[in-house]
Amino acid sequence: MNPLGLFAVAGSVLLAPLFLGVVNRTKAAFAGRAGQPLFQLYFDLAKAARKGAVYSRTATWVFRLAPLGSLAAALTALLLLPQGGFPAVLSFPGDFVALIFVLATARFLMVIASLDVGSSFEGMGASREVAFSALAEPVLLLCLAVAAREAGRGSLSGIIGSVTGGDWQRTGPALVLVAASLLAILLAENARIPVDDPNTHLELTMIHEVMILDHGGPDLALLLYGAALKLWILGALLTGLLLPGRTGSPLLDGLIFLAGMLVLAVVIGVIESTIARLRLHRVPQFLVGAGAFAVMALALIMR
Amino acid sequence: MRTGFLGFSLNRGVPLIFWLLAAFAVLTVGGITAWAAGGARLQARIGASGAVLGCALGTAAAIPVLLGGAAPAVRLPWPVPLATFSLAIDPLSAFFLLPTFGISALAAIYGAGYEKADAGHGRAPASSWLWFNLLVASMALVIVSRNGILFLMSWELMTIASYFLVTTHGERAEVRRAGRIYLIAAHVGTACLLVLFLLLGTHGTLDFDTFGPAGARTAAGAEAIFLLAVVGFGVKAGFIPLHIWLPEAHPAAPTHVSAVMSGIMIKLGIYGLLRIISYLGEPPLWWGWTLLVIGLVSGILGVLYALAQHELKRLLAYHSVENIGIIAMALGLGLIGMAHHSTVLFALGFGAALLHVLNHAIFKALLFFGAGAVIRGAGTGEIEHLGGLLKRMPATGAAFLIGAVAISGLPPLNGFVSEFLLLLGSFIAVSADKLAVGIAGVALIAGLALIGGLAAACFAKAFGIVFLGEPRTNQAEEAGEVGALLRAPMLALAAACVAIGIASPALLSALTRVLPEAAGIPPGAATRDLLSARPALLGVTLAGALFFALLLLVAALRAFLLRRRPVRAAGTWDCGYARPTSRMQYTASSFAQPILDVFAPMLGTRVSSVRPLGIFPRRASLETATPDSFRERVFRPVFFEIDRLLAKLRRIQEGRVQVYVLYIALTLLALLAYQFARNP
Repeated sequence: MNPLGLFAVAGSVLLAPLFLGVVNRTKAAFAGRAGQPLFQLYFDLAKAARKGAVYSRTATWVFRLAPLGSLAAALTALLLLPQGGFPAVLSFPGDFVALIFVLATARFLMVIASLDVGSSFEGMGASREVAFSALAEPVLLLCLAVAAREAGRGSLSGIIGSVTGGDWQRTGPALVLVAASLLAILLAENARIPVDDPNTHLELTMIHEVMILDHGGPDLALLLYGAALKLWILGALLTGLLLPGRTGSPLLDGLIFLAGMLVLAVVIGVIESTIARLRLHRVPQFLVGAGAFAVMALALIMR
Repeated sequence: MRTGFLGFSLNRGVPLIFWLLAAFAVLTVGGITAWAAGGARLQARIGASGAVLGCALGTAAAIPVLLGGAAPAVRLPWPVPLATFSLAIDPLSAFFLLPTFGISALAAIYGAGYEKADAGHGRAPASSWLWFNLLVASMALVIVSRNGILFLMSWELMTIASYFLVTTHGERAEVRRAGRIYLIAAHVGTACLLVLFLLLGTHGTLDFDTFGPAGARTAAGAEAIFLLAVVGFGVKAGFIPLHIWLPEAHPAAPTHVSAVMSGIMIKLGIYGLLRIISYLGEPPLWWGWTLLVIGLVSGILGVLYALAQHELKRLLAYHSVENIGIIAMALGLGLIGMAHHSTVLFALGFGAALLHVLNHAIFKALLFFGAGAVIRGAGTGEIEHLGGLLKRMPATGAAFLIGAVAISGLPPLNGFVSEFLLLLGSFIAVSADKLAVGIAGVALIAGLALIGGLAAACFAKAFGIVFLGEPRTNQAEEAGEVGALLRAPMLALAAACVAIGIASPALLSALTRVLPEAAGIPPGAATRDLLSARPALLGVTLAGALFFALLLLVAALRAFLLRRRPVRAAGTWDCGYARPTSRMQYTASSFAQPILDVFAPMLGTRVSSVRPLGIFPRRASLETATPDSFRERVFRPVFFEIDRLLAKLRRIQEGRVQVYVLYIALTLLALLAYQFARNP
């Protein structure tokens, strides 16, 4: 247990919704619009939190458990993640496995909650979610295998931030492949284009948005906030694994890390503005492609 | 050890063996009494009491060994050639005995409750409790026997007892067919084991302690023994492609029998493999790879077949194949570690395999109990006919959910812990210098993650469609919760899933005693390396505790936000449909379809449909079935050919007893002549 890590946790808890704001502003800039305020998600969360709740008569306690479980899981994952020079609150060998599987627990709870209301739309979303995540999870673990082998360490505290400029010179191609692979998984796991479109209102094509159709009020706030945290966590993982340089001063490292996150948000915004959503049956190919990148990266560093 | 009196030898820890022998006696007597008793209720009461008491006695014999006590052993002379009546409880045996007795006792209670409520239809025959108790006794005997002949005899008793239990409801044709497939498969395995023990025994005896380290054995001999063990024990364990009996036998058997067979009996294949490997000395690298590949194939295909199933117990049967695959993968990693003298890989691989044996016994029994309760409560196990059962069967539903999360390998429950240990080993393998080890690590990581994701998908389907939403049929609508005798075993197992998930570090020191002796690994090193996983497991425990704490915190936050706010109930939104019906819900087949489409070439799903035509289509239908491709494409043609060839032998099958006696006499004569010709 390292209480210093709580600073990073607090920072993430506060900044996670802003990350989406940056993404959305980038997209607006591309489309030539003024766009929504940077802090829009904060307003949305505050609005949803002030409402009452309407539960489906079909739903059971599973439906009410899911928002709690998914936010608790995201927070648990945050406690395991070192960010920008700050250590993780909890660090142990194999903590990255625990991080990924805790997020998988959150997803499982979400999926069964969406089946709980007996709506065909939500069932459809749930079905897609499990199909794509089953393919995404191996890729994420393979990317971490590359990082763990490179760092020669078995826990995130050793892996995150261990990449140096020298590493980029030595194993640049492998790191590029990992970056591409991780970015693809980040987009898929967080329901972003080209896998899912967060802005669509056509239920037949959605994944994440359609799963939470029946959630409202504080439950919706918890879910939206949990989703923002998850995007932040995977983004921080990507940034931490690939951004070289550690100055030794937590403050300076923190600033470098935040700059990295800002760039990542802009990159996501650019991707969402410039490429189209894939047809659903193409998504597995996209994920398998990401997996192939990760395997190639492994082949490059293991030869 | 002292020897003397009639060649009867005993060592310290003698009383423990007597506990075990008492357990055998109680089980047998209980079974026979139940058989002789009149009336189904009395039979169930006597049979189940005998089973529970016998299991309690057996557990009392096993626990001290796991806690570090001396391993008791007994050896009695036995007139059977090559045989002695030789028993021992070493830590490996004790580790397998514990779930055997624990799950069997719970299954007996469950079975008693099931038969009590089964008053109307399909009464089990009077002998069913005799076979159940004999099955428990024979499984325990397999685990403690230390002589090849004794092992084979108890193995065979186990097969026969389970065969009669599978065919309990033999009045149904598909049950008889399942029983026949099981019997044939099991005996193909036994045939391999027979040869295996003959190859192992070199000193005119089949006592295990003479098998010893492989000094005298040639490499080719050891390799033949290994392959025979993989096939012979693999049939029982359910390695693909030897698994075909599993999806037939489990749905056919009564639920408490399925739970014992799937939870325990198939693990005895793993036990046998572990036991034999410990006599074979240092393994060549390809042994590990063989098990790793078998494990990957079994794991991935097992879970895919499970996803394609429409019946709950058949789905669970395929998940047993999947989990046996995970165990085989872990053993493969351990063997690769042994071949490379990497103690940590050996310790983590075998440790993960053993822990998963225990975990799978717990959650698979729990899930079978849950499936049985559904079949009892709603009258069917067809997933598409169910729905909304959580409201009607709250305890069963909650227990099934815990089992579902556990089997999907998700934290903070027990299934995650064993997969975590294996992943820990795999990540160490990836960082190894040797390329072969690294590749094994990569294959394990990708395979395990894929299996985990698919298993989560499958149990989201099984739990979500069966227990959530609206009931799809009147049967499901009218379902009711099952009785206390059925609920109690489920709740006990669910509690065990949570307990092991949270308290895994406490199990580690028991596991270190269980690790089998391994050639090339210095004693003590494996223990040290397995214990080095303790900080990691403590971290998992802590993370799990934090998760629960945060869950409560967020729950408090929501309660705070909702105080003084209106909380209403309404119909499901469903995007504005005016009159939603339960038939509009997503079905299990639709739910699994995107995944099955991706893997379609591996499955061979048959689709037959009548498309809706016209403006007001009258009839439209869609049917999908995923028969086991190994059964359809491999075993059916092979057995057809064998059948055709053997038909020619019918000519000597006269049907008259006298002719058969003549055959026997002629065979004996020929053997005598052969013997005389060899040593005149």
